[in-house]
Amino acid sequence: MGSIFNLQQIINGIQIGSIYALISIGYTLVYGIIQLINFAHGDFYMVGAYAAYFAVMFSAARKEHPNVLIVLLISMTAGAIVAFLSNRIAYRPLRYKPRLSALITAIGVSMFLEYTSSAIPAIGPSYRAFPQSALIPEHTYKIGHAILSNYQIVNMSVAVVLMVVLTYIVQYTRIGMAMRASAQDKDAARLMGIDIEYIIDFTFIIGGALAGAAGLLTGITYPRINPYMGIIPGLKAFIAAVLGGIGSVPGAMLGSYILGFSEVFGMAINSILGEGIAYAILILVLIFLPQGLLGKKTGEKV
Amino acid sequence: MKAKETVQDKKIPLFKKRDFQLLVGTVIFWAIFYTLTKFGMMNLYWMHIINVSLIYVILTTSLNLINGFSGQFSIGHMGFAAVGAYTSATLTTIVWNLPSHGVGPFSLFILSVILGGIAAAFIGFLIGLPTLRLRGDYLAIVTLAFGEIIRVVINSINFVGGPRGIPGIPRFSSFTVIVIFTFLSVIVLRNIIYSSIGRALLSIREDEVASELVGVHTTYYKVLGFTVGAFFAGIGGALLAHLIQYINPLQFGFMATIYVLIMVYIGGVGSLSGSIVAAIGITFLSEGLRLGLDKLDQVTPFHVGPEWRMVIFSVLLVATMLYKTNGLMGDMEFKVLIPEEEDENAKHGA
Repeated sequence: MGSIFNLQQIINGIQIGSIYALISIGYTLVYGIIQLINFAHGDFYMVGAYAAYFAVMFSAARKEHPNVLIVLLISMTAGAIVAFLSNRIAYRPLRYKPRLSALITAIGVSMFLEYTSSAIPAIGPSYRAFPQSALIPEHTYKIGHAILSNYQIVNMSVAVVLMVVLTYIVQYTRIGMAMRASAQDKDAARLMGIDIEYIIDFTFIIGGALAGAAGLLTGITYPRINPYMGIIPGLKAFIAAVLGGIGSVPGAMLGSYILGFSEVFGMAINSILGEGIAYAILILVLIFLPQGLLGKKTGEKV
Repeated sequence: MKAKETVQDKKIPLFKKRDFQLLVGTVIFWAIFYTLTKFGMMNLYWMHIINVSLIYVILTTSLNLINGFSGQFSIGHMGFAAVGAYTSATLTTIVWNLPSHGVGPFSLFILSVILGGIAAAFIGFLIGLPTLRLRGDYLAIVTLAFGEIIRVVINSINFVGGPRGIPGIPRFSSFTVIVIFTFLSVIVLRNIIYSSIGRALLSIREDEVASELVGVHTTYYKVLGFTVGAFFAGIGGALLAHLIQYINPLQFGFMATIYVLIMVYIGGVGSLSGSIVAAIGITFLSEGLRLGLDKLDQVTPFHVGPEWRMVIFSVLLVATMLYKTNGLMGDMEFKVLIPEEEDENAKHGA
């Protein structure tokens, strides 16, 4: 029994934080533009995990060795397609209705994705083992007392690469500039000739793709998937986005890693109450720092 | 004699016509099913479903007070029901260890239900006070988180069984008890809605800034509405615990809240009648679908699970939002649920 602040815990914290970060970026992007808490976002992540699962199973059945990058691409595409469709079918018609209706619709979409997945016989409600060793054979490295597996390395590095790519898109491309402009002022952006609906579609696609990637990464590191796996990580990723300041991409990343670390250390102190630490953080943030760590403080417009 | 007559003229009768109709209607409803069960002509399974649907009426109307009438967005309603259920079941089963018969235990049970409501209201007050100052969608997340916290906390308290729950709760929630509580809840909620509190809540829903500018203490009324809603959720939870005789933390999870949310929004925001109809209708539809899907499962070659019920409900919820945003009976009430004084207002378009 050493101190709880050992290397192993730090590795675990980074790894959980990376998964939260990929999910919470989608939340924060969507919230930044249309002020919608997309409850279904956690389910995009679930869809990504299942897409990867079926891709790996398919190639294993054909006795081929699946390529990690192709599987990653498949799960990102699956997440993006589901995100795009749910925006087009469920959220877009409600764009100019009261915000609460879109929120309720988001809950409906989330339920639809979860229960349809568990009702379809090919997926089913029970847990499935993710065939991670068919994708990448496991290696473990010992660093002092800590154990680092190559799954964790893949997990963290893919997350970092995706976050770098995303930051590049948002900060340095034309469409990224249009996204930032729409988040700042939708009406002004439209007057400047930006096609808002196109930007919103694009935002959902990016968010869904990142969530899908997070689904694959979770499948690799915690190889147990079921149709309801997205609810709790989705909620926690949202908490991370609120902690970092909703609407801010660097904030979402920072918040996710802080949340990942606090959960890992909280669990180490008390496994049952550690589960609730994310919610305690949320309530404290909302009371004392509603704009989050990196968010901008906004007054209410009348 | 003459003075007495003028008093008589101004006196508001104890029972107004519509209240009387509502009471008579409830008594007839109770009498029919009570006699049917007494003579064994009623399937006990469907009787149980009727009991459950009436408890859902309490849960749905009280959530409608928060989400429909005051325009907030709480998605932790079953968390309050859990507080009520656990408070009351802990008292009757663990602390007092009551037998399931007798007048003394029964009155203690009634006391425990009310204490359950008060405990839920207290927790609702604690949650509502800091969060209702924030914008609507943050309340959604906080109440969702609260539902999870309740689950984690109950899981960690060994005295109430932790994750194992409380088994062997005496079955005090008879049909009669549930009918009485449902009737009282609906009447109290109706009276609140048509009182000055209800007007304040409606004005907050329509425009919070404007109502603050005309002098409505918005935070006070929002917290009040939230606390009252939580109180009735606690009552509903306590009754549910003494009906199904077993509770565990998972029963009051997010999915259970969603079920009540669906009833509120399909029934109609701002309509008690809609909530009543939807609570009873959806409970029965859900059971009917369970039987129907079982039949379908035997006929079709592939497996048709009961999960399709929730798929149907989620499609219904999204379709309601897309095509009839206010729900089936949004802002409309059955006439018996509108106090007679309101007719004058309705005529003048107020």
